[in-house]
Amino acid sequence: MSPAEIFHYVLFAASVAAMSAGLVFVLAGAIGVNRLPDFYTRMHAAGVTDTLGAELIVLGLLLQSSDWQTFAKLALVGLLLFLTSPTATHAIANAAHRAGHKPMLSRFKPAHPKDAGKPAGEG
Amino acid sequence: MFYGVSLTAFLVALWLTLSGPFTLSGDYPIVMTVGVISIAATVALTFRMRIVDRETVPVGPMVPLFAYWSWLGGEIFKANLAVLRMVMKPEIDMEPRLIRVPAEQRTDLGRCVFANSITLTPGTVTVDIEDDGFLVHALDGEFTDPAGFAEMGQRSDVATDGRREAK
Repeated sequence: MSPAEIFHYVLFAASVAAMSAGLVFVLAGAIGVNRLPDFYTRMHAAGVTDTLGAELIVLGLLLQSSDWQTFAKLALVGLLLFLTSPTATHAIANAAHRAGHKPMLSRFKPAHPKDAGKPAGEG
Repeated sequence: MFYGVSLTAFLVALWLTLSGPFTLSGDYPIVMTVGVISIAATVALTFRMRIVDRETVPVGPMVPLFAYWSWLGGEIFKANLAVLRMVMKPEIDMEPRLIRVPAEQRTDLGRCVFANSITLTPGTVTVDIEDDGFLVHALDGEFTDPAGFAEMGQRSDVATDGRREAK
């Protein structure tokens, strides 16, 4: 294999690795939205999806772009996500806060599913 | 004027990147004309709105801003891993908190960057803006380290205000 070919394969492997890592974070965000107790805490889980999840997938696509224009456009997509997602998150959080939605501030520690149904203190 | 020229240059670069033909053959003179018209209209409209200043065209703090963003990227990565661990644990154990974070940035742009950075870092979200600080919701006590907030606030202040503007 020529050095150019090796470089191509390394780039491809890095791209696949970045996108797979992005998928893990997107999945974790989705799981978090389902598992966490109230509106504000679920918002944090959604934040994982639109920061590292989305950015890693864009990074993976960046490494596969064939010409500089595609590269620049994808970089712009990443930058715009970086700049707009906190604004959107803040808008949602602020709307909930102003509407008088109170966050749950006590300790949240649900029992393990295996212990469900047993009285506390056993097992 | 400096900001007007910078804005025009930025828009030309953006247009060339997004739809840029680099030749003048075939249909391209029409495309190029449309591009020139849209850029001229955008610049004229922003001048008419009188919003062309240091805040809307941040060319001065551009280099410090990119340096700040790369530092912020590392922080976001660490916070993401912390939230990931918290969410994927078989037994969730956490204590959400609502705290006040002081914001001592010298400019509105600095405050804006600081508030956005807090929201962008998973585990903390800016819920409300007050006169001298932010109301921040945190997923757990481990995200509410005052020293971490202070460092982020100080860095965002330096990044946006590297060159003070005489008013």
